[in-house]
Amino acid sequence: MNEILDALREAFGEKVAVAHRIGQTALTLPKDAIVDVVRFLKEHGFSILLDITGVDHLERDPRFDVVYHLYHLQLHDLVRLVVPVGGEQPELPSVTQLFAAANWAEREIYDLFGITFSGHPDLRRIMMPDDWIGHPLRKDYPLTGLGPLPPLVRE
Amino acid sequence: MATVDDDQSVLFTSVKKLSAWARSNSLWPAQFGLACCAIEMMATAASRFDLSRFGAEVMRASPRQADVMIVAGRVCQKMAPVVRELYDQMPEPKWVIAMGACASCGGVFANYAVVQGVDRVVPVDIYIPGCPPSPEGLIEGVMRLQKKIREGGRPVLPLMTPATEVAEA
Repeated sequence: MNEILDALREAFGEKVAVAHRIGQTALTLPKDAIVDVVRFLKEHGFSILLDITGVDHLERDPRFDVVYHLYHLQLHDLVRLVVPVGGEQPELPSVTQLFAAANWAEREIYDLFGITFSGHPDLRRIMMPDDWIGHPLRKDYPLTGLGPLPPLVRE
Repeated sequence: MATVDDDQSVLFTSVKKLSAWARSNSLWPAQFGLACCAIEMMATAASRFDLSRFGAEVMRASPRQADVMIVAGRVCQKMAPVVRELYDQMPEPKWVIAMGACASCGGVFANYAVVQGVDRVVPVDIYIPGCPPSPEGLIEGVMRLQKKIREGGRPVLPLMTPATEVAEA
């Protein structure tokens, strides 16, 4: 694991901040480095993309974190990548070219957080109805819904 | 002592009553569950509680063969149009049981994602309380539905408010 991190530091320098939190390696990186870092880790044995999740910090700037979990089958070790994104329309590059498993995970984050992934082959809502208004996992989303709910009976 | 000769016996009734009696004792539920209530529904149909004692154990995998829709669980916004489509595919006469708090009124899920009562989507005959109702509760609901059918509690034809009115309600 340490060799991989050393190589990572060598390749990306100051761009990637490495920390160890709750027994797991956590990398914080800017969004323009995510594809290169994920490719680097995949080439170094992190062959499974376990999950991609989002975090809404609401008050913070940038507002969101997108969190990737990669798993190394030989080392039995996890690495967590944290990418802060913000702005009016948060956007970051898709990693579907590297991991097919990212497809639905990115759609889920798009659906529930409103974060778009450039280069995603099919960025549609995955859980809410297609004509839903708003993104329910945002902290400022009201519990009773935003705007008119879609009709319960469709033609 | 008088004896009854089965070959000679005659029973008088009206066709309406006879058909209602037959229908009430052969309720075929549509086989689908939406949440934890479905677990209790499965238990109800299984050997310990044995819904077949009341003629309602034939869970049909196709709505086109079903008479009664047991809405077992919460109906989310995305599922509501699907529930309605299943209901529309069921042949007449048909009935709906809202099983449990969620199907009846949304239950603990007072939020944007869950429909606050399946009666906003389909007309409901029997509401069963509970979270989830026990199998005895569901059997009670089925028996009350049977009673309702036998007493002609609901006009058999025609039945439906137009879809647009249901959506506005």
